[in-house]
Amino acid sequence: MSIADTANRPGAVDRLRDALPKLVLSPTVAIVAIFVYGFIAFTLYLSFTDSRILPSFGWVGWQNYHNLFRIRAWDTAVSNLVVFGVLYIAICCALGLLLAILLDQRIRAEGFIRTVYLYPMALSFIVTGVAWKWFLDPGIGLEAVVHGWGWESFQFDWIKNSHMAIYTIVIAAVWQTSGFVMAMFLAGLRGIDNEMLKAAQIDGASTFALYRRIVIPQLRPAFMSAFVVLAHMAIKSYDLVIALTGGGPGTSTELPATFMYSYTFTRNQMGIGAASAVIMLMTIAAIIVPYLWSELREKK
Amino acid sequence: MGFLDIKQATKSYGAVQVLHETNISIEEGEFLVLVGPSGCGKSTLLNMIAGLEEITTGEIAIRGRSMNGVKPADRNIAMVFQSYALYPNMTVSGNISFGMEMHGIPKPEREKRIAQVSDLLQISHLLDRKPGQLSGGQRQRVAMGRALVREPDVFLFDEPLSNLDAKLRVDMRTEIKKLHQKLGTTIVYVTHDQIEALTLSTRIAVMFGGYVQQLGTPKEIYDNPANMFVAGFMGSPSMNLFPAKVVSADGKAAAEVKLADGNTAAIPFANGMLSSSVGRDIVLGLRPEAITDQDGADRNSRAIHVVNAPVEVTEPAGSDTFVVSQIGGKDVTGRFRADVAVNAGETFPFAFNMEKAVAFDPQSENRIV
Amino acid sequence: MSTAPDTRAFDPTAAGAGSGRKILQTSLRPARVILYLLLALFCIYYLLPLYVMVVNSLKPLSEITAGGMMALPRDWTLAPWQSAWSTAQVGVEATGLRPYFINSIIMVVPAVALSTLLGALNGYVLTKWTFRGATVLFGLLLFGCFIPFQIVLIPMARVLGLIGLAGTVPGLIFVHLVYGIGFSTLYFRNYYAAFPTELVRAAQIDGAGFFRIFWRILLPSSGPIAVVCIIWQFTNIWNDFLFGASFSDFDSQPMTVALNNLVQSSTGVKEYNVHFAGAIMAALPTLLVYIVAGRYFVRGLMAGSVKG
Repeated sequence: MSIADTANRPGAVDRLRDALPKLVLSPTVAIVAIFVYGFIAFTLYLSFTDSRILPSFGWVGWQNYHNLFRIRAWDTAVSNLVVFGVLYIAICCALGLLLAILLDQRIRAEGFIRTVYLYPMALSFIVTGVAWKWFLDPGIGLEAVVHGWGWESFQFDWIKNSHMAIYTIVIAAVWQTSGFVMAMFLAGLRGIDNEMLKAAQIDGASTFALYRRIVIPQLRPAFMSAFVVLAHMAIKSYDLVIALTGGGPGTSTELPATFMYSYTFTRNQMGIGAASAVIMLMTIAAIIVPYLWSELREKK
Repeated sequence: MGFLDIKQATKSYGAVQVLHETNISIEEGEFLVLVGPSGCGKSTLLNMIAGLEEITTGEIAIRGRSMNGVKPADRNIAMVFQSYALYPNMTVSGNISFGMEMHGIPKPEREKRIAQVSDLLQISHLLDRKPGQLSGGQRQRVAMGRALVREPDVFLFDEPLSNLDAKLRVDMRTEIKKLHQKLGTTIVYVTHDQIEALTLSTRIAVMFGGYVQQLGTPKEIYDNPANMFVAGFMGSPSMNLFPAKVVSADGKAAAEVKLADGNTAAIPFANGMLSSSVGRDIVLGLRPEAITDQDGADRNSRAIHVVNAPVEVTEPAGSDTFVVSQIGGKDVTGRFRADVAVNAGETFPFAFNMEKAVAFDPQSENRIV
Repeated sequence: MSTAPDTRAFDPTAAGAGSGRKILQTSLRPARVILYLLLALFCIYYLLPLYVMVVNSLKPLSEITAGGMMALPRDWTLAPWQSAWSTAQVGVEATGLRPYFINSIIMVVPAVALSTLLGALNGYVLTKWTFRGATVLFGLLLFGCFIPFQIVLIPMARVLGLIGLAGTVPGLIFVHLVYGIGFSTLYFRNYYAAFPTELVRAAQIDGAGFFRIFWRILLPSSGPIAVVCIIWQFTNIWNDFLFGASFSDFDSQPMTVALNNLVQSSTGVKEYNVHFAGAIMAALPTLLVYIVAGRYFVRGLMAGSVKG
């Protein structure tokens, strides 16, 4: 078939062939349109209705949202999210950066160590929750072990303490994802031009000055990425909380994700549950959308 | 003892030796170029002078002071890198002043030097920009500015022009040469471009395989290459190297060569060269500008010999025409004047200027004196 | 667009031992010693929970309740594993985790295969047969990867009920397929974006059509990214809990949900050793994949995040 031939072909087949790429893409487009955006619209709509156990379509305007912000559990969930989010992101970044810098020093067995630091990412949050739940349990976990070693007065019952339980979630979450942040920073470090480090050596920069003034500023893209990913994971945190504390003691480790689930499916307050889901979406969108926008624009 | 002494320096990584015993001594104000193909050891040697690589054996001394074990920051050297290595998060003025800051030079003095250098390099209007906003040539100048403000004993350049486009490269080459003449600094410059080596240097070290093949002035390297590698590497187009046999013709030593049409020609040497080596197989070296059309030959030479040889290809290049003939099985290129009527396929008289001839031993590849 | 760096070029796991730079002036022995000490300390931090789980899954319950979580078993026993697999009480049935492990497998394989294939086709179209608005479309698709899935739970439950897939494994396959397409498209799209378009044009001139170019030219060179995609999808879908908890009923629940049920059961004595054995069982597939193909795992992570 020569190019000349194709120019003379009948129009219908041509048009079919031209449409083929879009045809192939269309199932995905349809799926995304319905199951992502359509569903978002649906849930959004529901948040303005009086749905209880089942979706209902009686319009109530902003009432669900008003009620939402008057529920104590939601208050707890939001403040928990802030505490958890800030600590989670900060500690992961600090730890990840530290480990990346350490690993960048021409370490023997670097591959092995990296594998060890990263493997928790391969685990389900449920598994992580199970592991840490017992580790943190005062009865048989760390506290008991330390008692067994002779240090009787050691206390580590955070997981049973409603003020401190949220911090146990931080501990487990950091354990799971700090390896990933390390990998990102390590990639960033490796991307730094070697000649620049040589120049800094000749300029006489001390190790401290080198990191503070040259290396770390260049890791800004990595920080941005890490922040976006971690923030997004923090907002979506559900599995870990369920496995580790179940939201308790009481509602002290409630997070928006667990709140939404329990209000929608267990407490039969679908309208409020939908409203909470919408709030979650807005929060994530506020972070992701500017980020995606800048990424997509750049490549164009 | 010179200003910069490299004494018996070697470098090995474990069992692999990348630099063999190297001895180079240069005076203050000299412009030494280390030239050679990739992997020849030139960058390694430069890094050793900078202190970025440890010397395995031997010694490097600046101003008579041994630099073994001395950190790069304490050697009073400055370096310009191929990728410029500017700090992207700092402004141009920040980049230039960083080294001075690290060495504890007070602010007024730093500002003064920055002003001087940026004037000299014409980058004063760029001081507040970041490297990402500059063109390649501008970055190059900033990198040089950063080196200049340190007022070091030795300037090191690591292929600084390789990332520039051809026109810019030529312009910057001239700028570097002017700077050197104006400031009288001592420079060690690494490049793989032999033209940069010839045009910029006061002395060249041609390197290959971890050895210095020859150390000499540009003229020495060009006219009297020490071996076939140097002969072929330096100069563009490169020196013609083709097999010949030393024979006796009319009582003088001559080079007998096989032409493409099966004939042989005996080209007499000049000045009694190789008169005691009759019967020896050699590799004859002649640069294209020494093989010309008859009327284009050097008038001052007393050893022009004309040979009629078959022309294989002609390459009109505007200012000259390069004419290729197969001699001794090798492509030999002559440089003819542009308006000579020479065509491929015909036999044409080639004028060989034997005063410029060099002879090499085929086995050792070294020049036969 | 790069929501990813060039994931093929980048590969921190490819760099072998000793490939970092000596930024810190670490030719000093004491500094190196401290460095390795710190690194070892963190290794312990990461390995400790795993160690605890493994070790305690091999102890009889009496040893655990007696204390000494960290100690090695005195009476090694595989009984907890047998129990976790086939006899433990999960919810109301005492079947162990085996049926749910199988559920997970049945769920994961088709979902991964289909979403990878669709992702490849989508990536192909978006990069080699691009059209106006393709980037916007891609952006919308990408956003879908990041949404909190809580927002789709209610309508999805309805839809699954309507089409009769509620509480079934095929229902779960469907859900995971729908929400996995975004990521697989991301991977392939970025990969194919770097693939020379001239090859496609040359094939067109040679007369190859849309599908033939895909089968014969792009797909054969897609090995690395396909592995990345498969590993990433496999890990995510296997480890998922939210969808499993929301859309399965008791018989169709995947491993993660079953594990949670096993662990949360508040009746009777808590058999920690069985719980740990179960957790390890749940973790083994993804862990094995990670150990065997870690490099691809990391690439997937990086590509799914952003500029690193």
